Amino acid sequence: MQNTKKPFLEMKNITKCFGEVVANHGVNLDVYPGEVLAILGENGCGKTTLMNMLSGIYFPDEGHILVDGKEVVIRDPKDAFDLKIGMIHQHFKLVDIFTAAENIDLGIKGSSLKTVNARVREIADRYGFNIDPEKKVYDMSVSEKQTVEIIKVLYRGADILILDEPTAVLTLQEIRKLFAILRSMVADGKSVIIITHKLNEVLEVSDRVAIMRKGEHIATVNTSEATENMLTEMMVGKKISLNIDRSEPLDPQPRLEITGLEALNPEGIPVLKNVSFTVNGGEILGIAGIAGSGQKELLEAIAGLQPLTSGSIVFHNPKKNKPVTFYHKSFKRVCELAAAGAFHDPSGKPVSFSGLSKAQIMQLVKEGQVLFNEDEAMNLRDKTPLEIRELGVRLSFVPEDRLGMGLVGSMGITDNMMLRSYRKGHSFFVDRKKPQELGKRIIEELEVVTPGVRTPVRRLSGGNVQKVLVGREISSSPKVLMAAYPVRGLDINSSYTIYNLLNKQKQNGAAVVFVGEDLDVLMALCDRIVVMNSGTITGIVDARTVQKEELGALMTKTYPTDTAKEAE
Amino acid sequence: MIHLAKRDKIHPAAAWGIRIAAFVLGLLVCGLLAFLMIDKLRNNPAKISDFYLSFINGISSSNAANIWMNRKFWVFLKNLALLLCVALALTPAFRMRFWNIGGEGQTLIGVLAAIAVSFYMGGKGKTALNPEWVIIPLMLVAAVIAGALWALIPALFKSKWNTNETLFTLMMNYIAIELVSYFLIVWVPNGSSALGELPYGHMPDLVVYPEKAVAPANKYLLIVLIVLVVSVLLFVYLSRSKHGYEISVVGESERTARYIGINVKKVTIRTMILSGALCGLAGFLIAACLDHSVNTDSVGGQGFTAIMVSWLANFNPLVMIFTSGIIVFLNQGASQISTTFNVSGAFPSVVIGVMLFFIIGSEFFIRYKLCRSRDEGKEKVK
Amino acid sequence: MSWQNWLNFIIDALTFGATFMYGSTGEIITEKSGHLNLGIPGIMCMGGAGGCLMLSLVGGSSLPPFLIVILGILASFLTASLMGAIYCFLTVTLRSNQNVTGLALTTFGVGLMKVIMSNKNIINVKNYLVIPKEYYRWPFSLIQKDLQAADLAAMGGLGIMFFLAVAIAIIASYVLYHTKVGLNLRAIGENAATADAAGINVSRYKYCATIIGSGIAGLGGLYYIIDYMVSQEAYLSLEAFGWLSIALVIFVLWRPHLTIPGSFIFGILFSCSSFIAIIPGITVTMAAKPLLRMLPYVVTVLVLIISSIRNKRENQPPASLGVNYFREER
Repeated sequence: MQNTKKPFLEMKNITKCFGEVVANHGVNLDVYPGEVLAILGENGCGKTTLMNMLSGIYFPDEGHILVDGKEVVIRDPKDAFDLKIGMIHQHFKLVDIFTAAENIDLGIKGSSLKTVNARVREIADRYGFNIDPEKKVYDMSVSEKQTVEIIKVLYRGADILILDEPTAVLTLQEIRKLFAILRSMVADGKSVIIITHKLNEVLEVSDRVAIMRKGEHIATVNTSEATENMLTEMMVGKKISLNIDRSEPLDPQPRLEITGLEALNPEGIPVLKNVSFTVNGGEILGIAGIAGSGQKELLEAIAGLQPLTSGSIVFHNPKKNKPVTFYHKSFKRVCELAAAGAFHDPSGKPVSFSGLSKAQIMQLVKEGQVLFNEDEAMNLRDKTPLEIRELGVRLSFVPEDRLGMGLVGSMGITDNMMLRSYRKGHSFFVDRKKPQELGKRIIEELEVVTPGVRTPVRRLSGGNVQKVLVGREISSSPKVLMAAYPVRGLDINSSYTIYNLLNKQKQNGAAVVFVGEDLDVLMALCDRIVVMNSGTITGIVDARTVQKEELGALMTKTYPTDTAKEAE
Repeated sequence: MIHLAKRDKIHPAAAWGIRIAAFVLGLLVCGLLAFLMIDKLRNNPAKISDFYLSFINGISSSNAANIWMNRKFWVFLKNLALLLCVALALTPAFRMRFWNIGGEGQTLIGVLAAIAVSFYMGGKGKTALNPEWVIIPLMLVAAVIAGALWALIPALFKSKWNTNETLFTLMMNYIAIELVSYFLIVWVPNGSSALGELPYGHMPDLVVYPEKAVAPANKYLLIVLIVLVVSVLLFVYLSRSKHGYEISVVGESERTARYIGINVKKVTIRTMILSGALCGLAGFLIAACLDHSVNTDSVGGQGFTAIMVSWLANFNPLVMIFTSGIIVFLNQGASQISTTFNVSGAFPSVVIGVMLFFIIGSEFFIRYKLCRSRDEGKEKVK
Repeated sequence: MSWQNWLNFIIDALTFGATFMYGSTGEIITEKSGHLNLGIPGIMCMGGAGGCLMLSLVGGSSLPPFLIVILGILASFLTASLMGAIYCFLTVTLRSNQNVTGLALTTFGVGLMKVIMSNKNIINVKNYLVIPKEYYRWPFSLIQKDLQAADLAAMGGLGIMFFLAVAIAIIASYVLYHTKVGLNLRAIGENAATADAAGINVSRYKYCATIIGSGIAGLGGLYYIIDYMVSQEAYLSLEAFGWLSIALVIFVLWRPHLTIPGSFIFGILFSCSSFIAIIPGITVTMAAKPLLRMLPYVVTVLVLIISSIRNKRENQPPASLGVNYFREER
């Protein structure tokens, strides 16, 4: 039905490059008045870049933008506002020390601060927002900040609202409320563009959906005619059957026992609520959940970077067939333990020492014929990353923010390899020889494309950066390997390299924790999946048997207690 | 329309080409300014060659018998060494992205501490200090501790409460200056506040030219050698030691540092102690090798100039030898000009200011490139 | 100590403080745009030099006194603005490091001022120092004899430029906190990307703020030389008061109207040593003077520390102070 109307906005053949990276290539898009257009695509497919060209943050390298059929040039955000285009960025652009009203009024000529409050209330009433114009932004919740952003755009008289991943940080109730507001705006004749990678939201709220993949526009379809399968197919391209080899876990023994973790973020809001689960050695444990459900805080808590308010993280280090010595235990104690059946010989038979003389026992122990299994358990809570390492716990962590946390962008591969190992030895000086060898080995084995070990890793492509990081983290043959979104933004080949590396670690007996966003990958790679939702665990399921719908339901499940809190 | 893009990398030759072009352009503008300000030059434009020749004459005495006797050259080396020493001191902090602009105060407090030792303990060889030379290491220790302390105070507050270090270290400069005025009044009873040369705690000369004891080489060689050793040591410390590696990581990304278990507070404090201690060393050199006295202008703004020296060298201790050389070269050349053309002694500051504008500005063309796109903004022309 | 002494003391502290009032009001406006301008000492010096240069030309002429006053102020403002423009071009357009650029500007400005002020061919002491003093201290210069007779000599130090400083501080505060322009400017200093996204021309604001701020600071240089000190050697100590102005910015927590009491307090601390001496029962040694002069800096450091410990958001330096803005930074 929209097609009979004139499009309000058209983008024709838009191309944008960043250096050698093509973010958008020949994209065509049109927006009609009074509709919700969803732009659907995986992370890193160029949705945000495309919209940033409408809002004046970036300038297209090629292509035309038409508003009301007339060609326009959008050089900066002001031009966009003049064309009645407003964007709500994923990372809110608000001044923290200003009030809501001040933020809303920012940059508008000729208005007076006195009339702002009244006009804000008027807009709020019209579309059903809840807002206190006098509240400072630093006192606001995420949802309130988003409200300020939306009103800011409406206040400027925008007819086209662009929302970049608006639901990523919201609770289910808040999402419902947002969608209701979006509908009331559309009813008012405005157009809404919503960037998302969530299918259910597309189907729920949009009139039409444009699908993007790897910087290109694939198709635009009417939502009423679309199905989830069809959209997925267009979003990911031809259906990729994930051919990830998954072996049965080998002798799974508890490696990390996590009990009752609670943590607050810097603003004092709970981010982890009573999180308990166990990770076994020799398995891959997946963690699923919408972004910001506490995955990052959980991994950082285990790695010693996130302070906890309660709970424990116990690391088990079972050592098998350890020879008994008299170093720690007296002769008498050894005999007692032997009588209790704690020891065995190399063939695995119990040793009792009955009928042996003291000299014979001493001889057996000395020869290493008496063995025992030991379970060393250490609580890692409140330990710094350094203390954890000094305890001898080989814990590796591939963080989500590769260049901001896992690696130093301006340093070469050699120096980045040293991050983990530079403390080794008593020398005052660093040894660059071994890290360089390691770097060269990783370049060779993982096929990292780089001019050399000295090239700053910032200049490498995303996939190569990740290979360097994962390569370093597994080089210490970890007992626990945690990886947060390790394949985000990577092409298929690189992704498979990473999957294989994780699988290899699993087979080596490491406990692997994999935080992912693609449910298909989680279901194909992991042995068990922990589902998180706003800081709590809503379910732990068997990855081999679980249904996708079930996971989706667990991810968006809300508790009555939460609802009660919302109502307050 | 012209828009900006960050350069991924630039050929070193191109970068140096840009820098040299900026330098030459700066010199031309200096000449132009000189025309406006120097009457002698305006009346006789042909003298402009003298103007530029002064830069050479500024660092080399024309009547020197040999290199050991070339006073201006050795003064150049000495000034270079002092400026370099302060710049080296600031560098570890800058590498950590800790904006220590308190080099002036940290150095001055070092001078003050060394002179205090010499003032109170000098000449007491028969009682406490025996032999007499013991006073020199005592002065060194005092200067180093005082400098380190002056740097430690802002570092402690930075690491505990994230107190703005730029503003804090800046204020510490003036506290140090007033402290010096205070001691001058206490020490000089006649009210002139000018402390003469103290007779004790002089570093011995390093005699390379025995024919003439007062040869400038004999007087200044020791400072030059000490600073040279310090710059090599600091280069090794920053690029080869574990501490230096930690400083780089903290400077590049605090999050990475925490992720790999570096104690950021500890590194901050340790590095600032080193930074202050090296400033103290510079103060000791001024006190024990050169002035044997202290006044509020003992450091003479070198603490601030050193910031630019370090920044221009991209925080590389070896390149700093070169950048401090340029600053001192310009300074002495311009001083020579003020003598030749009879203008204010402040003229060197003008020349250095102008040259810095050009050199600082040239970095822009090294880091960014201008992309021209047609005004319709349809195509990017590379 | 008589009430006249007290009043003289207070007025002296006030008039002395006006130097920093100019300097720090100017610096606050600049810092609110996110630029830490360490070139303020150089800018104040050049403001002084520019004004003195103009007065040397017109001070002895037959122009009407009010025109001479305005020309002096205008020349001072413009010269200092020009310095601010250099700083802006380097830090805003060429994105140079702000600390380094500011220090270079101070080196340049202080040097150039000394070159100009020591050149007797262009600087005419009678014209810039002796004659305009009367004009600038209008209307108090008219009743100077009465004031002296009443033991209130310090009141003669009040004049047009003192009241101008107070007016500028109040206007700057009003503009920053009660107008749209101020709101936009503060937004830039807090978060330039946000301001940019809101359609504010970040570069233009930064240029305007820095140039106007520099001009205001430059007036402080002129005021100090020809109005407060009225001395040929005054220019030599001007640089130190530039740094003190930067201290005052911190002391008043980036609020221009607070520079009025703030500069008064700094003035008291700086000049009290000579006044304390006349209070009966208090003896001040010479040695106490530097310690008293140290106080403004110590107090500033304490304010800096306390505000960082309390960590109240409104009392922090502008969040992006010292960080240059580049829109396409990725």
